[in-house]
Amino acid sequence: MRLDLKPPEEVSPSIEGRAGELREKLEAIAKEMRLDIVRMIGLAGSGHPGGSLSCVEILVSLYFYKMRHRPDDPTWPERDRFVLSKGHAAPALYAVLARCGYFDREELWGLRKLGYMLQGHPSMNTPGVEICTGSLGQGLAAATGMALAARLDSLDYRAFALIGDGESQEGEIWESAMFAAHHRVNNLVGILDRNRLQIDGPCCDVMELEPLADKWRAFGWKVQEVDGHDVLEICRALDSTDALAGPYMIIAHTVKGKGVSFMENVVDFHGKAPTPEEMERALKEIEES
Amino acid sequence: MLELGAKDRRIVVLDADLSKSTQTVRFADRFPERFFDCGVAEQNLMGTAAGLAASGKIVFVSTFAIFASGRAFEQVRNTIAYGELNVKICPSHGGISVGEDGSSHQALEDVALMRAVPKMRVIVPADYYQARDAVKAAAYIDGPFYIRMSRPSVPAIYGEDYRFELGKAPVLREGEDVSILACGIVLGEALEAAELLAGDGIQAEVLDMVCVKPMDSESVLKSCEKTGRVITVEDHSITGGLGGAVAELLAEKSCGRLYRIGIRDEFGVSGSVRGLMEHFGLTASSIARVAREMCGS
Repeated sequence: MRLDLKPPEEVSPSIEGRAGELREKLEAIAKEMRLDIVRMIGLAGSGHPGGSLSCVEILVSLYFYKMRHRPDDPTWPERDRFVLSKGHAAPALYAVLARCGYFDREELWGLRKLGYMLQGHPSMNTPGVEICTGSLGQGLAAATGMALAARLDSLDYRAFALIGDGESQEGEIWESAMFAAHHRVNNLVGILDRNRLQIDGPCCDVMELEPLADKWRAFGWKVQEVDGHDVLEICRALDSTDALAGPYMIIAHTVKGKGVSFMENVVDFHGKAPTPEEMERALKEIEES
Repeated sequence: MLELGAKDRRIVVLDADLSKSTQTVRFADRFPERFFDCGVAEQNLMGTAAGLAASGKIVFVSTFAIFASGRAFEQVRNTIAYGELNVKICPSHGGISVGEDGSSHQALEDVALMRAVPKMRVIVPADYYQARDAVKAAAYIDGPFYIRMSRPSVPAIYGEDYRFELGKAPVLREGEDVSILACGIVLGEALEAAELLAGDGIQAEVLDMVCVKPMDSESVLKSCEKTGRVITVEDHSITGGLGGAVAELLAEKSCGRLYRIGIRDEFGVSGSVRGLMEHFGLTASSIARVAREMCGS
């Protein structure tokens, strides 16, 4: 199937009237991305498949629907900014950036290898990566700074930050939460990949986060909850942030390892690469889905 | 900062609930839209600074040195320095200069921590004029800086005409017998020590090591080759800071004898700044005593 890979440069028109077509397009890209993610981590022999596969629909909705950006001009001053705070999901980010055309897709197969561009966690040496992340809890602050810069420059771009649920245990996340609400950073949108698992096990066993939505509300954020694998739900939630009355937090309920049956909700696949045999099995499964 | 702010709209200042101590409040009054108080939250302070810098701003960050280098070390390393972002960290209250507050607030390891971070430039000014010009210069040199300021007023060493040069160690006094390498609030003590030594017939050379990184290795080696005896002086641990940096250089070049004056693997204590300088042997008379011993007189 030929995909229309052109990401939006201007604010997207309303979903209504083209919902079916949009869903089909975004889901097709998501499928391609899942194949890329599994292959690149499999070839690298290390990496984080679980949290990469859980945020695919979120990234597709941002890069192919909501965000205003120009892959051929990555430093365009008016672009929307995206920060992957949960930097271990770098394969998902690289997959979407390659699909958009920020760099050659062949780069994906050099992930984590000495002498190649794609680092284990996002680094600014990669076109389209706005800030270095990977050490958890640090991306939301950076996105807040970017959103403030838009205000100072009287530009109307927005900053989007994807944070993980496990990383929400970091104190800095809540420092940023307080700051953004206090300084009324209304062009800041957080998306929380609520896949419910972290390295040591279920978040609720390791360090309970609930009531998570109430926490964000209590910190002064506007909160919505969506099915994080339903592209239209994500797009509609993102559209609602056009009102620029944030900061916004979209809690996206997801499944860790989504799309590969033997990875779904399996803690071990947080940070373990598939074996060559598992990789082939996963690719086949995604292909046939 | 006020001069820079008036001239360039890209200049933004961030503080963490210490704007009255660090005096960034004066910038806040003049340019309220370009000043952000981050509250008592230094990790977010550094992250927000990084985001602003990644969007084209020249960001000056101020808090106490202990928090800038310690509390937020990893944010500085992973977000600011790794991205080579235009964040100029200008902490105040470096070293023992916070005096009475005691050990918890005395950053005696900050230069060592920041020096170990790739891409970070570490500057330790000795007086108002030097601090002012270093700040101005840093604004227009791409990449991250750590400019360590101190709390007390110190006698001026330079004047209005001083110009900061990155990677240069000004030779403030020439001599043949011993080299005294100092930075920050103890530079004045080093100059005074040289006066005392001159009275004893010992000619001390004094280098201002304002740039701990990048260090002016050429000037240090040249001086060491001439005198054969080097003393470093800093209000910082002798491990990893100026003394550490000079030791690494001289050891690799098998050059001269070295004695490091500073804080020797211990925590600070409460006291007046003058009292602490005496306690830790950072005064002119202590420096002169070490020099005399080294010179065998």
